[in-house]
Amino acid sequence: MRKYLTRKILIYLITFFIAASLDWAIPRVMPGNPVSLIVSRFAQNSSGSAQASLITKQMFDYFMQAFQLNKPWWEQYGLFWRNLFTGNLGISMYLYPKPVLSVILSAVPYDVLFLLPSILLSFWVGNRIGAWAARNKRADNALLPIFYILTSVPYFWLGILLVWVFGTILHVLPMSGAFSYSMTPSFTLAFIFDYLKHWILPFLSLFIVALGGWAIGMRNMIIYELESNYSRYMGSLGASQRLIRKYSYRNAVLPQVTGLALQLGTIVAGAITTEIVFSYPGIGYILFQAIMNKDYPLIQGCFLLIIIAVLLANFIIDVLYMFIDPRIRIAYTEG
Amino acid sequence: MKLSDRLKKWDVLYFFLTNNKFKIGIGILLFFILLSIIGPFFVHYKPYEFAGEMGTPPSLGHPLGTNPFGYDLYSQLIVALDGTWLIGLLGGGIATLIGLLIGFFAGYEGGFWDELLMMLTNILLVIPTIALLIIIASFLNSRSVVLESIIIGLTGWPWVARAVRAQTLSLKSREFVSLSKISGAGTLKIITQDIAPNMLSYVFMVFILQFGGSILTIVGLSFIGLGPTNSVSLGGMLQDSVLWNALILGYWWWMIPPGVVITFMVASLYFINMAMDEAFNPRLRSM
Repeated sequence: MRKYLTRKILIYLITFFIAASLDWAIPRVMPGNPVSLIVSRFAQNSSGSAQASLITKQMFDYFMQAFQLNKPWWEQYGLFWRNLFTGNLGISMYLYPKPVLSVILSAVPYDVLFLLPSILLSFWVGNRIGAWAARNKRADNALLPIFYILTSVPYFWLGILLVWVFGTILHVLPMSGAFSYSMTPSFTLAFIFDYLKHWILPFLSLFIVALGGWAIGMRNMIIYELESNYSRYMGSLGASQRLIRKYSYRNAVLPQVTGLALQLGTIVAGAITTEIVFSYPGIGYILFQAIMNKDYPLIQGCFLLIIIAVLLANFIIDVLYMFIDPRIRIAYTEG
Repeated sequence: MKLSDRLKKWDVLYFFLTNNKFKIGIGILLFFILLSIIGPFFVHYKPYEFAGEMGTPPSLGHPLGTNPFGYDLYSQLIVALDGTWLIGLLGGGIATLIGLLIGFFAGYEGGFWDELLMMLTNILLVIPTIALLIIIASFLNSRSVVLESIIIGLTGWPWVARAVRAQTLSLKSREFVSLSKISGAGTLKIITQDIAPNMLSYVFMVFILQFGGSILTIVGLSFIGLGPTNSVSLGGMLQDSVLWNALILGYWWWMIPPGVVITFMVASLYFINMAMDEAFNPRLRSM
C-alpha cells in the first residue's frame, strides 16, 4: 500500500513540477514582451510627447526590474521556485496592491462549496440513473438521447438559460453574485438562506450537464458487465437479478471513478465559465477579470491554484480507489 | 472470403441506415452543413457592421434580430459557424493524428517506449487542458482561428493516445496477427493489412469525439475572452451577450441561438459516434 502511494505521490510531484515550469516558461517564450504590453496600455493614455516617452521608458525599466526579467533565465527560474515555496505569487496589477495569493485564497471557499456538491451529486445521481437505464429498454430509449444532448450543452450556456428562465422571466431567483449586496457573510439563518438562493442556479447548471456524461458511461459499463461471463454464470446458478446487478454495479463503478479523476479538468473549465455567467466570486470569475484586464501575475496564480486543486483531487481519488478496488490493495501488499 | 467481407460491409451499412440515432445525427449535421453553404447567400451585413436597427427582435430583415450595437446577429452566426467547423476539423484532426501516432507506437513497441510515452500522456491528462490553454492564449496578442485550432489539437491528444494504445494492445495479441508474424510478414505489412483495417472505424469514432470536444473547448475559451481575435465566434457572441446585459434586458435572440447551434452540432456528432459504436459493438445495441 505504501508502495502504491509513494509511486502516485512521485508521479504527481513530477506532474506539478512540469505544470509549474510551464506556468513559468510559457509567458517567456511567447512572442512579444508582456511588460511592453503593460507599458503600452499606460502610454496610450498619455500622448506621444517627449516627456511621455521618457516616462514610458522609465516604467518599462521599472517593470522589467520588478518582475526580475532583466536577470538570466536560470536565476529567474530559481527565484520562481523560491517564491512559490514562500507563497509569494506576486502582486495583482488589476487589484493593486493586493498580493495574488490573498486574492486567490479569498475565492477558494466559494469554489469548494460550489464545486464539491455539484461534482459529487452529479456523479452519484448520474451513475444511478445510468445503471437504471441500462436494464430498462423503454427508459434507455427515452433517456439516452437526452443524456447525449446534456453532455453537448456548454455548461455556461445552460447557466444562461437558467438565469433567463428563473431570473429574467419568473423573477424567483437572483441573477448574479454569491449573496445579496445588503448582506455580510455570517452564520445567521437569513444569510445562509440568501446564500443558498444564489447558489442553486450555478449548482444546477454544473450538476445537470455533468450528470449526462456519468449516466452514459454507467449505462454502457453496466450493459458490458451484465453480458460478461461472471454475470451469466451467476444467473445460471440461480442468483437473483438483484444480486447480479449489485455485483455488476460494483464492477462498473470502478472505471467511472477513474473517469471522475480524468474529467476534473473539463468540470473545472465548466465551472470557470459558469461563474462568469453568474458573476459568482470564485476562481473562475477572478480569472476572467484577470484576463479582461491583462493581469498576468493573477492569471499565472489562478493557473497554479487550478493545477494544485486538480492534482490534489486526483490524489484523493487514487487513495479512494485503493479502498474500492481490492485488486490494487492486494497487488501492492503481496507483490 | 471476398463475399463474406462484402456481406459484412452491407450488414454495417444496413445497420446504419436503420439506426434512428444515426439518422437523427446525420440529419442534424447535414442541416448545419447546408446552413453554412446556403446561409451566406442571405447575409447582407458584415459581422461588425451597423445594420440600422439596435436591439430589435427577429424580423424579416434581420432573421435573428440585432444586438444593442446594431450588429445583425444572423450574419455573425453564419460567419462564426465557418470558424467552428474549421476548429472542429483542424483541432480534432491534429489531436487524433498525434494521439494515433503516439498511442500506436507505445502500444505496438511496448517496453521502455510504452512506459515513457504513457507516463507523459498521463501527466498531460491530469493537467487541466483549459488551464494550459488559458495560459497560452492569454499571452498571445493576436489569435487566428487556425492558430487556436492548432493549440487545441496540441493539447487534446492524450485522450486519443490512451484509447488508441488500448486498442492496439488488444489487436496486437489477436490470432490473425500472430499468424501473419509466423508466416514471416514484415512489421509494415502487419500494420497496414492486419491492424489498420481493424483500427479504422475506431479511429474515426475517436476523431468524431475530438471534433465535438474541440468545438466545446473553443466555445468555452472564447467565452472567457480568449477566442480568435480575427473573427466572430459562437462563444464570443455569447460572451458579448452576457457582458452587455442581454440577460437583464431579456434579449433572448442574442443568447439563445448560438447555444442551440453549439449544442445540436456537438450532439449530432455524439449521436453519430453512438450509432457507430452500436454498429461495431453489437452488445450495445439494446434496443
